[in-house]
This record gives sequence, C-alpha cells and structure tokens, in this order.
Amino acid sequence: MNAVAVSSSSAPSPVTAFPNRQPLLDVRGLSIALPPSADRELAVDALTFTLNPNEILCVVGESGSGKSMTAHAVMGLLPVPSVRVAAGALLFKGNNVLTMSEPEQRALRGGRIAMVFQEPMTALNPLMRVGDQVEESLRIHTDLDRTARKARVIELFAQVGLPNPAELVRSYPFRLSGGQRQRVMIALALACEPDVLIADEPTTALDVTTQKQILDLIRSIQAERQMGVMFITHDFGVVAEIAHRVAVMRHGKLVEIGTADEVLNRPSHPYTRQLIASVPHAMGDRPPFTPSGEPLLLAEGLHKTFHVGGGLFKKGKEVTAGKNISLTIHPGETVGLVGESGSGKSTLGRSVMGLMKPDSGRLLYKGTDLLSLDRRAFRPFRREIQMVFQDPYASLNPRRMVGEIIAQGPIAFGEAPAQAMARASDLLAMVGLDASAAKRFPHEFSGGQRQRISIARALAMGPSLLIADEPVSALDVSVQAQVLALLDDIRHRLNLSMLFITHDLRVASRVCDTIAVMQRGSIVEMGPAAEVFGNPQHPYTQSLIDAIPGRGWEIPADLSHGEGVSA
Amino acid sequence: MAGLPRFLAGRLIKAIVILFAIVVINFLLVHAAPGDPAMVMAGEAGAADPKFVEQLRQQFGLDRPLLEQLATYVSHVATGDLGFSYRQQQSVWDLLLARLPATLVLTLTAFVFALVVGIVLGTLAAVRAGSVSDSAITVLALLAYATPIYWVGLMLMLLFSVQLGWLPAFGYETVGGGLSGFARMIDIGEHLLLPALTLGMFYMAVYARMTRASILEVRDMDFVKTARAKGLSHGAVVVRHVLRNAILPVITVAGVQAGHLIGGSILIETVFAWPGLGRLAFEAVLQRDYQVLLGIFFISSVMVIVFNILTDLIYSLVDPRIDLAR
Repeated sequence: MNAVAVSSSSAPSPVTAFPNRQPLLDVRGLSIALPPSADRELAVDALTFTLNPNEILCVVGESGSGKSMTAHAVMGLLPVPSVRVAAGALLFKGNNVLTMSEPEQRALRGGRIAMVFQEPMTALNPLMRVGDQVEESLRIHTDLDRTARKARVIELFAQVGLPNPAELVRSYPFRLSGGQRQRVMIALALACEPDVLIADEPTTALDVTTQKQILDLIRSIQAERQMGVMFITHDFGVVAEIAHRVAVMRHGKLVEIGTADEVLNRPSHPYTRQLIASVPHAMGDRPPFTPSGEPLLLAEGLHKTFHVGGGLFKKGKEVTAGKNISLTIHPGETVGLVGESGSGKSTLGRSVMGLMKPDSGRLLYKGTDLLSLDRRAFRPFRREIQMVFQDPYASLNPRRMVGEIIAQGPIAFGEAPAQAMARASDLLAMVGLDASAAKRFPHEFSGGQRQRISIARALAMGPSLLIADEPVSALDVSVQAQVLALLDDIRHRLNLSMLFITHDLRVASRVCDTIAVMQRGSIVEMGPAAEVFGNPQHPYTQSLIDAIPGRGWEIPADLSHGEGVSA
Repeated sequence: MAGLPRFLAGRLIKAIVILFAIVVINFLLVHAAPGDPAMVMAGEAGAADPKFVEQLRQQFGLDRPLLEQLATYVSHVATGDLGFSYRQQQSVWDLLLARLPATLVLTLTAFVFALVVGIVLGTLAAVRAGSVSDSAITVLALLAYATPIYWVGLMLMLLFSVQLGWLPAFGYETVGGGLSGFARMIDIGEHLLLPALTLGMFYMAVYARMTRASILEVRDMDFVKTARAKGLSHGAVVVRHVLRNAILPVITVAGVQAGHLIGGSILIETVFAWPGLGRLAFEAVLQRDYQVLLGIFFISSVMVIVFNILTDLIYSLVDPRIDLAR
C-alpha cells in the first residue's frame, strides 16, 4: 500500500545521479561551532552531502538540528564571530566558498546562490518598494541599465504569478499578503538566475492553500531552470510533495540520506522512523463520538465586526470576523475549529473566554448566556472555561516559578496555598513532568514541556471546557505528537470538552470528534471528523483538504499508529 | 499624498482647539502666581502707596474680575492682538518679532547639530559595537547627557573665549561692528557656535544613544538578512536598509523634543546673553510682565504644534505604512 506518489501534479521526473557532472554544492565534513555559552559545542557536526544540478534536496530536521545553520554557512550569513565554521569545506562548482575573499563571496551570494527565508512578513524591508528591493539585486550582479532592470523585475513578478506586476512593483510590502510577499522573495532570489536556490522553510508561515501554491511554484521553476534546490523543512508532508532526495539531520549530524522513495517509504534510521511516525494523521481506531446529555456550550448566531482605522474625520473599514456563527459542544466532545488566518476562528474562542464581546448572538454555557453577564457575574465561569495558548514561550510569566504559575488561579479563587501547591505537583505528574519542575522557572523548559505546563495551569482550575488556540503550532512535529496525545488522554480521563482551534487539518483530524470549517467569518461546513475529511461537501473544505501537503503519500504501515514515539 | 490637504485641515482644527486651551490655562496659571505687576511697578517707582497701585491696576484692567480679564485676553488673541507691554512700552507682537529670529537661528542650529551628529555617532558606535570607539562614543554621550547644560556652556566659554580667545563669549553679533552681508553672517555664525553647541549637546547625546540602540535592534531583523543575502556590501546594508529603519524612533523623539529646545534656550540665552525669546522670558518673569510672558508661551506653543505636524509629515514620507488620511 505504500504509494510512491512522490509528487502529485506537474510531476518532475525524479532525478537520478549525475555521474559525469560535478555537483553544484559539495559539502565536506562541515562543522559549525557555537559560542561557549551554548548548550552544545557544534551546531553542525562533520556534515557531508552534495546538491546536484536539477534536483530538489530536502533537508529535514527539527529545531536545533543545524539545517538552517548549514544554509546560512553556504550563504556566508553566519553571525560571525560568535558562530563560525570550525572545520570542513563548502565547494560551489569545485571552489571552496569558505576560503574565498569577501567580494568573491558577495558575487556568489544573491548571484549564483540565492535564498528564500521562512518568514515572508518580515523578510522584506518595510520602507522600500518591493520592485526596488528586487532591482537592487540586479544592480549589484548584472550590467543591465535602469530601464532594463525595471523591465526585468516586472517580468520576474509575472513569472512568480504576482497579479498586475507593472503596478505591484511600486507597492510597499505591507500592502501584500504573506503569500504575495513570499512570491516577491522568490522573484528576488531568481532575479540573477542562480544555480542554487536555498529555501529555508519557505512555506511554514503560510496558510495551507497558499503553501500549496508556493510549493507548486518552486517545483515548476526548478524544473524549468534545472536549478539545484536545497529545501529545508520540518514537515514530511512537504517532503513528500517536493523532494527528489532527502537528507535527515539530528543534533547537527546527518542521520540518513537517500532518494525520496527510500527515505519516505523505507526509512532505515530510527530517528527518521520516529519523525515519520509523528506526522499527524487521522487515528483510524478513534471511536465515533455520540453526544449525550445537554450541550455544554451552545453558540447561536454570533456576529462580530471589527472597525479598522478611522478617526475624527474618516470612517474606518469594517472587517467581519464572525457571521452568524452557531455551534454546539457536548460534554466530553472535542470540536475542531479549522480555518486559515483571518477566517475568524479565534473570534469564537475569545468570545467564550470573555476576552471579546460579539455584536449580537447568544452564547449559552450550561444554559447561562455568557454575553449577558458583567465582569463580576462572569467570574465564576472563569474556573469552568480555561484556555491553552499558542505560544508557550510568551504565555508563561518568566518571573514566576512553575508551581506558582499553576497554583495562582486556584489561590485567587480561595484555595489554601499549601493545598494548591500540592495539587500543582499532582498536575505536573499528570502532564508527564517531574514534581521538581514546580520549583523551576519557565525558561528552564523546552517548548513542548512549557506547553505541558500551560495545560497543567489550565487544568488546575478544574475546568469543564478547555479552549486550545493553536496549542501545537509552535512545536516540532515529534513534540507536537506527544502534546496532542497528552491532550487526547487528559480529556478522556477528565471527561473534558474541548474547543480546538487550528489551521492544520492534519492536527485536527488527530484529536477532534467534530470539525467546523471556517471561511471569512462563517462556518461553511460542520460535522463528524470522519465525514468532513472523508466526504467534504463544501468546495472550500475540499480545497483545504486538497492542499494538505503529501496527500499522495501514505505513511508506511508499520509507522502509521503513531506509537514508538519518545522524546 | 491625496490625504495631505485633509490631514492638514484636520490638524489645523485640532491645533486651534489646543491653542485655545493653552491660552486659557496659561492665563490662569500666570494669574495664580503670587505677585502683581502693579505692585512691582509701584515698588520700583518708589511710590508704593495704595492709591497709586490702585490707579495702575485700573489702568491695566487688573481690577476687573478674572473671568472678564480672561475673556478680554482671549478675544484679543483671537484677533491677533497679544497685548501691550507697559514695562517695555511696546506691543507684545513687536517685542516677540524682534526676538524670534535670534531664537529660531539658535534652536534650529542646535537641533540640526544634535540630530546630524547624534545619528552619525550613534551609527558609528552601533556598527562597531563593543569596540573602543563604541565605548568612547557611549561615554561621551553619557557625559553630555548627564552634565547640566549651563555648566557646559560656562566651561566652553572659559575654554574657547577666555583661554583660547577663538570665539566671542556672548551676544548675537559684534556690537558696532558695522558689518553687512556675508561678513555679518560669518560674525553671527561665530557668536552662534558656542550657544548652539551647548544647547544641542544634551539632545545630541539622546539621539546618539537612541540611534545606537535602534540600529542594534534593527540589525538582527529578517530583512537585513535578506539584504545581505542579495550580496550587498556591509556599508550598503547599513545605510540602505538598517539606518533607514532604525531612524524612525529617533524622528519621533526628535519631533517631540524640538519644542523642548525652546525651553532649554532660556538658560542658554541667559548664559550667553543671546537676545532671543528665552532671555525675554527670563526678564519678563522677573518683572511680572504678564502680557509678554503670555505672548512667549503662545508663540512657543505654536512652534511646538508646528513641529509636531512637521514630524508627522516627515514620518509619513519616511515610512510608507503611515497613512496620513487615516
């Protein structure tokens, strides 16, 4: 059953080796040293691989694996002197980049080797027109005159599929969406027709439908120009979508390298196997949820409109974040609210938490309309409804010890401090942390551990309803799998209801009983998870599911149960 | 820039409202202070008998109820009449207009000096962060920041005028020099150098520190990495990408402080005998010359408002994300 559908549409033929041709990039025994204060000596440890012309090499690894460091070393962008190449060679077409003079390196950078970064929202200079930012690269690397450069920029914008290129060149970045900015970045990288394109997680920050477009674009441009592309990602779905060859890195070392077929369908290294097993996929053995009893939460016809801008002399713009949202959550049910950025999926969660007041509609919690309550009357419900936030680095007070953070809520509601602290220890054990964690500060924990602390903090109040707003989006895939398993386990044990807000359909399919798909403020489709995924009715739901990267690839059967995962 | 006329119209209306409030508050504040011009004048004249004081009061309208005085004053200001200084026997407008150029020359020079030198020093320090020159600039800025400006003024005067004899110690120009045209400008320039330097020093330090901090922050941003990945040289990255972004907070603060400079100039003008508004204010305070004092407050409020509007305009030119029409 292991389909070798390495690439679905517009398929470039998987490239075999070029025995007679020199590799574009030849990385030999590369070691990159970290400053003495870091937790390890080498970010990259004796790394060896090659990148050939006309191939996409995916470099896969979790945060801290050294994959970005390697890319930065190739580009000469390491923050020297604190981080520097300690050993090895980096050959571009046979010449060692590391021993080149600075002007020679600069000629390569942006000229022969170009790079696209992860975060399109911040990768462009906010004060410069996007056309000028691309033209700047042509000015450095080519002899074209001004008119020719301008024409070339417009041509490039058209090639990367930007609308109305002749006008768009004069826009500033803030006018463009994330996907459009990433297209500008790609146009910038392609400006001087480089031999090597390094793409560092170029679609991670994008919505799933935009991600699909950008992946298609990179794939078609690569095939057309026969470039070598080093594509860095943590997402095996993306790998399945785009890679010809795959290199897997862990803690700065290469653990496995091979063709896409080999690595995706017959992974040999345990770490690769663990990563692939962690790729979120629907758990086939989940029993269908049968609602029983009165609904816990009932949202009826919620409307919310934001007024953007405006002032003394001008009317602002109106943005609809919620349009007639109705939804029911039963005791013990996990409802997934799925949608792309700006679809209004956070609006509902924030309304339930009392962080935002909808313009109209009803929000019944155990029969009480939360929207009719003032601050004081709402207070008892704060115990009942708790929230887990997206960013575990920002949602815990850095100056408080973990035990205090967890016990703070119950103490505020009148629990005896000693008792609350004792319960904090129990809760830490429940989320899989050592009781000694209570006496430590948040910065001593990893992202996944902090998210566990956040969950313990929410549970301390003894809630009936947990609102999880993108709780695993900031986490590595293997950690993501663990936190999802924890949430699933806890809600069964405590019979919790959960509103699970996410942009990632794969994640939703893993933990949700019911799925509500949101688009432009409205719920366009809602139903049992298996139905929504198996037989989507609304075209938007279909397009979201089509856009899931790596849909043509099935996780090897021996890894598809998500077991054998350990940190 | 379609929103420009609308923006200016909006700001003008706001400015008028603010000015009205300022005129009223200043008037009340000045009258709340102890001391009465009639008493002071009578005292100076050596004829402090109640009858004479009463006569003076009547002459100046000081015997009327405060609200009535206020209404009269506001209506006069609205028609452009800032009143008459009985001390100087001159209309307040004429007094202000005679002093305004000197103050403008002094404050603008100090401001430009502070801004240019501050940004250049801050940039140098940031680019070589951690080096000896960075430490030197940081220490210099700290000194300029922490030292009282009148003391700096006196020390500079001692060094350059008294010891070295390079520059004149006080005044706006050489009295009785009979200079005209270019020679007169040079002469004014020589007189200007020390007071402007003294006045600008503190602000220079502020801008240098801000520029340095802002550059260090912007330097690590993603788009700077993009610029480097294009193959731009280090200098081009700093000037074209880092500095332009780093300068935004400096512009904001500078715009607010441009108004403060006038306050600072009171001290400096007194130390250097500079015939500007600041010294006029100093004298007016001593003499309880309400009309002049209120006129100076009014003029400096207008200047602060104008500086703020200018700052917003400049900001919108530098930062395309700012939409004036909003």
